[in-house]
Order: sequence, then structure tokens, then C-alpha cells
Amino acid sequence: MADEQVRLRAVDKVFVTGHPPAPLHALGPVDLDIKRGEFFAVVGPSGCGKSTLLELIAGLSRPTQGTIEFEGRPIGNEPPDGIGVVFQDDASLPWLNVSDNVAFGLRRSSLGGAERDERVRNALTLVGLSEFATAYPAQLSGGMRQRVCIARTLVMKPRLILLDEPFGALDQQTRLLMGDELLRLWRQTEATVFLITHALDEATMLADRIAVMSARPGRLVDFVETHWPRDRDSRIIQDSEFGAITARLWKTLREESIKTIGQKIGAAP
Amino acid sequence: MINRLIVYRALVIGAVIALLEVLCLTGVIDKITMQPPHQIARDLYRMLVSGRMNGAILKTLNNTLLALLLALGVGIIAGALLHRWRGVRDTLDPLFATYYAVPVFAFYPFFIVVFGLGDVPQILIAFMLGVVAMIVNTLNGLDRVPAVLLKTARIMRLSPVDTARRVTLPAAGPYIVTGIKLAVAYAFIGVIGSEFIMSRGGIGYEISFAYLNFDNATMYPLIVLILLASIVINAFLSRWEQRLLVRRGMR
Repeated sequence: MADEQVRLRAVDKVFVTGHPPAPLHALGPVDLDIKRGEFFAVVGPSGCGKSTLLELIAGLSRPTQGTIEFEGRPIGNEPPDGIGVVFQDDASLPWLNVSDNVAFGLRRSSLGGAERDERVRNALTLVGLSEFATAYPAQLSGGMRQRVCIARTLVMKPRLILLDEPFGALDQQTRLLMGDELLRLWRQTEATVFLITHALDEATMLADRIAVMSARPGRLVDFVETHWPRDRDSRIIQDSEFGAITARLWKTLREESIKTIGQKIGAAP
Repeated sequence: MINRLIVYRALVIGAVIALLEVLCLTGVIDKITMQPPHQIARDLYRMLVSGRMNGAILKTLNNTLLALLLALGVGIIAGALLHRWRGVRDTLDPLFATYYAVPVFAFYPFFIVVFGLGDVPQILIAFMLGVVAMIVNTLNGLDRVPAVLLKTARIMRLSPVDTARRVTLPAAGPYIVTGIKLAVAYAFIGVIGSEFIMSRGGIGYEISFAYLNFDNATMYPLIVLILLASIVINAFLSRWEQRLLVRRGMR
């Protein structure tokens, strides 16, 4: 199918770690198709391999087995063109001001100076940081720095945006509002969004389709479609469907989380 | 609070100078041993105005700057390369760890034998003193670059050279500045120290020459000149370091 942007087939990831070295089956087997323009979310217990999955799709690490294709081409040793990633950790560059941070990826592109400035200005407006163009990251809050990273990804006009728990460090209100912003950006850019989160409500509110990941080795054990309209915002958390979807996610995720944390908690009366 | 500290420091320095002045004028310290501070200041002024030491001063500054630039260039590039070549780095690690236990000056006669009594042996000694501080601090800084920045560089599809130039070296910036501060000090020590031991000119040579001739009117002003120069340079570097750290919210 032409509108399948990302394709994973029988993907496994095994790390060899520790003393003495021992194989650790982190992920797989995973089969997954992500459609162009889709907002796709993955939820899963901590340590289940969510970030590993993201790094594989980004081309930051290689699968031990299986194939990953982006826009019909297998991903090689390095990240392909057209993918942007927003990481969980603060990835702003502390020696550059906000505007230079956002322009960072454009320096080698063939864009002219005016076009580049225009894109940076637009991205800053989009994430609400226009007034902070000359500030340094150290002067900003964690949420604002994360928005700098989002803007830095957006100016590259990626066709696929991968987000690894981008709002993990933020408080609940800020997360809801950032979610609204993300939905708006997703509509405006028409990019595909792949979001990793441990927050069920965040996944339910944002995504068209949600995959639940099992305890390690991470596999995708359930897929839930939300059927939200494309034009939506955080107010859908009042919708009756919202509770039903979150409940279904939790039903699957609860069992997997218990496996991760240990049997005792689940076995208690 | 900070202003008060500056006043206290100025008072301490002023008190020491005043004490020396009194001791010299009352004859507790005799004239052959040391000149009173006001005399040293006047001699220094005269010396600078007459320009008779300009050649020596220029030679020392020139050689120090050359050695420093060499140490910075080689140190940063070697640090960046060693950071990539884990095996080489692990092999050389004991050398870096014990390097400053070796009196580099012991090699000076050997360098003179090989390169002659020109500027090269002095520059070489100063370079050898400074370069390892530069390598060690560059490595130290590169070790502390957050993994997420390296991933960002890969996602942006930067080449290894661009990654070093635009991500890892700037990220290691504050540590590299610390290395530069040390390298500046070592470069001065290396050049002036070797001039003392044996050379055909330079501030160190002139001090030693004046010492041998009981020429206090030359020796003390030159010592003060070296003191002032290193204090001024260090103050500038410290301010630069401070600004970097403040910008990054590290202080």
C-alpha cells in the first residue's frame, strides 16, 4: 500500500550487556504499519522497549532481526532523511540562543538566509516562543526547552515525527496544553506522528491509533482506534468514549505492568 | 557582598606592599636584597618607557603564544580523536595520569642539543607542558556530552567532523576553557623557565642576567611585570569561563 509510511516486519532487538555478557531480548517480534499522516501512539510499562522501538524506526540503532522500511526503502546504518525526533531528555544546545537552536538543522540545507529566517520565525510562533528568540535555554523552563526542540524538529519539515515521552517531565496542566499544541502542529504540518508515552490519557487524547506494548520483550499486544475527528483538542477528555478507550488500554496494560513490577502486587487480594 | 570581598582583597595586597615598603625603608631588608616597592614601580615605568626590554618582552610573549596555540590546536584535535579511538586512549591513559609527575625541563638540554639554542627548545618545553592539560580537559569535557545531543547530531545527519565542530566540542566548551587556562599558565612557565636555564634572550634570561649582576633595578621590575601579565591574562580567561558557565546556567 502506498500510504504505509513505516513498515516493520518480524523486528527483534537483542542487546548483549553485563558481566559476563548475556543476551537481553529487549523487543520483538514486532510487525507494524504506520500510515502516512496518522497520529500513532505506543503505550507500555516502563522498561518494555518503547524507546528501543523508536530508536529502531529513527535509524539510530539496527534491528537484530527483521526489516524496517521508511517510505518503501529499508533503513540503513544512519537515520534517513525526512525523520525528526523529539527526545525525552532536554536536547537543546545550551551554547546557542533559542533562534539559533531552532535553525541548527538548517545550516547545511540549500535554503537562502531569508527563507531560513522565515521558517525559524514561523516555527517559533507555532510553539509560542517568538518573544524568547534571543534567550538561552538556561533561562527557560523545562517545558519551553522541550518546545525549542519541537520547533527545531519542525523547521526541517520532517514527514515523520517521532516523540519519545516529550512531555514526561511536565506537570499535568502543561501536558494537556502541550498536547493541544501538538495536535495543532500535526494538523498544520500534515506529518505522521509517532508518540511514545506511559500516560494512557495522553495517548487516548492525542492519537488516531494506539498500540499497547507488552512487558519485556516488548511486543505490540493490542491496537485501539480512537475514531476522533482530525479537528480535536484536549476537551475530548470529557467525551464518554475517552473513558472507555482509556479503560480498554488499562485492561491490557495492567496485566503487562504487573509482569514488569512483579507478581506480588497483582496477587494481593 | 562581592564588593566587600574585593575591598578586603585589595586591603590584603595593599598591606603586604606597605609592609615591604616599611621593611625596606627602615633597612630591615637591605638594599642589595630588595628595592622598596615604590622604587620597583618607578624602575618598571622607566624600563617600559625606555624600551630597552621590548625585545626580550616580545620574544617571550611571542614564544609563549606560539607554544600556546600549538598546545591548543594539537590538544583539542588529539583529545577529539582519542575520544573516538577508545583503544588508543586506554593505552595512553597511564601516560596522561602520570605525565605531570615528570619534570619536563629535564628534556631541555636534549632539545638544545637537537635543535640548537634558538627558540625551538623553549617553545617545545612550553608546548609539552601545556598540551597534555589540553588533551585531558578536552577528553573530560567530551565524556560529559549528554547522549541525547549525540543522537540529535545523528538525526540531523551531521558528518563526524561537523558533529565535533558543531555539537561535541561546543558542548565540552567549559572544560576546554579550563584546559586553556591551564595551558596558558604552563606555556608561560615553560618559556620563562627555559629562558632562565639557558637561552639567548627573553624575560627569563634578562631576570637571570640581572640577578647574576646584582642589577636589582632590572630584576624586580621584570618579576613584577611577569606577575602583572599573568594576573591580567588569567582574569580575562576567568571572566570568559564565568560567562560561558552563566549562559549555560551552570553557575
